[in-house]
Amino acid sequence: MEGFSKNVEACPRLLDLIPKERELLGDREDERSSSEEKKLELRLGLPGEDWPLKNTRERHESQLNSFGYFTNGNNQTQKFPSSAENSHVWFHQQQKGQVAPPFLTFPSSTTPPTATAPQQSLPVMAKESSQPCCNKAVVELQQCAEKKAFSPPAPANTAVPNSSQKRTAPGPVVGWPPIRSFRKNLASSSGSYSKPTVESLNKPVETCKKGLFVKINMEGVPIGRKVDLKAYDSYEKLSSAVDELFRGLLAAQIDSSSNGIMNKQEEGKAITGCLSGDVPWHMFVSTVKRLRVLKSSEVSALSRGSIKQEKVPGNYVNKLR
Amino acid sequence: MLRKASSFPEEMLEHVLSFITSDKDRNAVSLVCKSWYEIERWCRKRIFVGNCYAVRPEMVIRRFPELRSVELKGKPHFADFDLVPDGWGGCVYPWIAALATAYPLLEEIKLKRMVVSDESLEVIAKSFKNFKVLVLSSCEGFSTDGLAAVAANCRNLRGLDLRESEVDDPSGQWLSRFPDSFTSLASLNISCLGAEVSFSALERLVGRCPDLKSLRLNHAVPLDKLANLLRGAPQLVELGTGAYSAELQPDVFSNLAGAFSGCKELRSLSGFWNVFPGYLPAVYPVCSGLTSLNLRDANIQGADLIKLVSQCRSLQRLWVLDYIEDIGLEELAACCKDLTELRVFPSDPYGAEPNVSLTERGLVSVSEGCPKLQSVLYFCRQMTNAALVTIAKNSPRMTCFRLCIIEPRAPDYQTLQPLDLGFGAIVENYKDLRRLSLSGLLTDRVFEYIGTYAKKLEMLSVAFAGDSDMGLHHVLSGCAKLCKLEIRDCPFGDNALLANAAKLETMRSLWMSSCSVSFRACKLLGQKMPRLNVEVIDERGPPDLRPENCPVEKLYIYRTIAGPRFDMPGFVWTMNGDSV
Repeated sequence: MEGFSKNVEACPRLLDLIPKERELLGDREDERSSSEEKKLELRLGLPGEDWPLKNTRERHESQLNSFGYFTNGNNQTQKFPSSAENSHVWFHQQQKGQVAPPFLTFPSSTTPPTATAPQQSLPVMAKESSQPCCNKAVVELQQCAEKKAFSPPAPANTAVPNSSQKRTAPGPVVGWPPIRSFRKNLASSSGSYSKPTVESLNKPVETCKKGLFVKINMEGVPIGRKVDLKAYDSYEKLSSAVDELFRGLLAAQIDSSSNGIMNKQEEGKAITGCLSGDVPWHMFVSTVKRLRVLKSSEVSALSRGSIKQEKVPGNYVNKLR
Repeated sequence: MLRKASSFPEEMLEHVLSFITSDKDRNAVSLVCKSWYEIERWCRKRIFVGNCYAVRPEMVIRRFPELRSVELKGKPHFADFDLVPDGWGGCVYPWIAALATAYPLLEEIKLKRMVVSDESLEVIAKSFKNFKVLVLSSCEGFSTDGLAAVAANCRNLRGLDLRESEVDDPSGQWLSRFPDSFTSLASLNISCLGAEVSFSALERLVGRCPDLKSLRLNHAVPLDKLANLLRGAPQLVELGTGAYSAELQPDVFSNLAGAFSGCKELRSLSGFWNVFPGYLPAVYPVCSGLTSLNLRDANIQGADLIKLVSQCRSLQRLWVLDYIEDIGLEELAACCKDLTELRVFPSDPYGAEPNVSLTERGLVSVSEGCPKLQSVLYFCRQMTNAALVTIAKNSPRMTCFRLCIIEPRAPDYQTLQPLDLGFGAIVENYKDLRRLSLSGLLTDRVFEYIGTYAKKLEMLSVAFAGDSDMGLHHVLSGCAKLCKLEIRDCPFGDNALLANAAKLETMRSLWMSSCSVSFRACKLLGQKMPRLNVEVIDERGPPDLRPENCPVEKLYIYRTIAGPRFDMPGFVWTMNGDSV
């Protein structure tokens, strides 16, 4: 009960921060808005021209100082009275936490470089690829903590080299550009409808350059993925991609619960073994709606029995239209 | 005032309130005094719930006993782009089950980004005697079996709209489950269906529904059948064609052209899958009347596309692939002076090199030529600050501006500067801006502009931008009306989030993925803010197995009066006070 009332107390104080900042900025308001307008007027200059750079830098610094925000300890107590006075306050803990040692012992094994490196080269929508590396982020945090402040944002003159640095790491990023995955399917699958002629069967890939994204699930793994089938031209390539795709997930799963997970090596077999004999690749691509990766035991049962023909479509994929 | 209000006859007030339709106004009315609250809640017929986890159905039912229409949203918007793992949640069944017992007279259900089971559809079909409208927008989890139940049981159905939903196991026979006596349909959208529908059932249905105003077919309906459908429904206002290709035959063409010219009311066209350009002139007779043209699924290019668009001089809304190129947009700007909404989608979003000549110049042309422009979604591969400033000055009425430069962190390609100034001009000039999506190389400065100027901004999408916590801080502390904020791959972290914790309670939701928010901060937020649900989505396993400073993969925070949800899958952890 006591803890709750403290919470309630803390919230309005946090709210108070916002108006207070405004007050601090208030006396600078006029100067601010006029300089604002100037800056928003377009003045195109040569890339190296120094006025915008200088402006930005000054601006950022003065801004930061006036906020008294992430600059130094003294200012911080002014700006966050609640955090300095209360015993269990956020920023207090925050700071402590950042200086605390555990990030040094952070295990890098959850995202092994061996698993992520090939993934980037694959045209698979690997969700992990956009994730900032934990180690790096932790190091950054540590640096910040050591300075006891967030350094001012990079001024414009560093922004450009910075960007080129960032842009050298391409590779597929999940969800970027932001287009509905649903759309991609619809657009590409429609290609196979309109021209059900011999011609279209012979040139299935040429009829549509867009990706063909299908959902893929693995037995025992609750999280599905999507793969672009148009990026592969054979079952072999798909299966090795699928192997990569689920490797990280499996590693995580095996960490948490060690049973019920199949051997990664067998996924590939699962796909090739059951389907490659049944339909040619391009027909598979034109009809597949979703993929399910089975355990090796189930695969062998399927390929042995006479029910194979019925089961394969049901279990795997295939909704032949 | 209070006395006047209470002496005012209730019936009179109820009648007055019946003219107040906007949700915001109704909410304001209910805050005037207790008696207004009471009167308002008893006569509220429609409700919109922007997040199905923000309130429990029982709470809604308790307060509003007479609802006729319920609109719900489920998953975060980024689910559209595969950022929300499958199985995240957003199942509608608990809502449907509760509505079914509370509102036998419910007439409308509209759902967006929700998981809708066939069971849910069956409950809908059987529970509401006078059910009229079902809209499933970007929903999933159901099949044509569920649709068959709706078709068979909802005798007064007026609208069935499946826009952009993923429907499993499509079998075309479900349409034939509409009984022969069924004639009430006014709107049917099956454009998302993958498989063929029974054409004879479709044709009979269309033919016997005299009120049918909107019909959107899927790509499996062949072009040679379209003419017959149109002749059966000359009253159509909206049409989504099916496939628009066939071998060119003069009789098929003239039949189609004749059918189109019979549709005098047609205002909206979409569909056009796999266009065969030779058939396009068949729609020319109706072009001058069109106000909406959606060519998002149409692979028309070059002169054919430009000719079609330039015939539609009354156009207010155009969705088109980037095949239209700069030259086509120039033509659009010259012809369509009433244009209010433009969306240009990429035809080859993943290609390394541009496949078309669509640049910032196209958008500049439209902003110059179309003074009524209010809403833009524009995918392109290059942009300059100069262009953005021009666009900002040309279209002061803009309420929605979404720009996607396909390459992340692309600078102004002429000056190599960040696009801060350009977007700054956008937020400064667009006084009514409600929705903004940023892209390109951006520093914290742009967020300072946004916080300073974008006072009416309600939804902001950010990707690959900013340098530090200050960016997020500017937005959260400056944008007073902000309702939804979604961020991915930005270096925003704990301090900005915690410093603005109280702000989060005024917003509907905040999504952050691949940012720098630590697990510790998430826990703190969850503990300190009991009215927020702080959900960590991490597919690497339980976040408490990692150091507390390690950034979480994805974070979804929303305000709620329902408490933590109970349907979380294994990769979602809620940070409420009890559990951490």
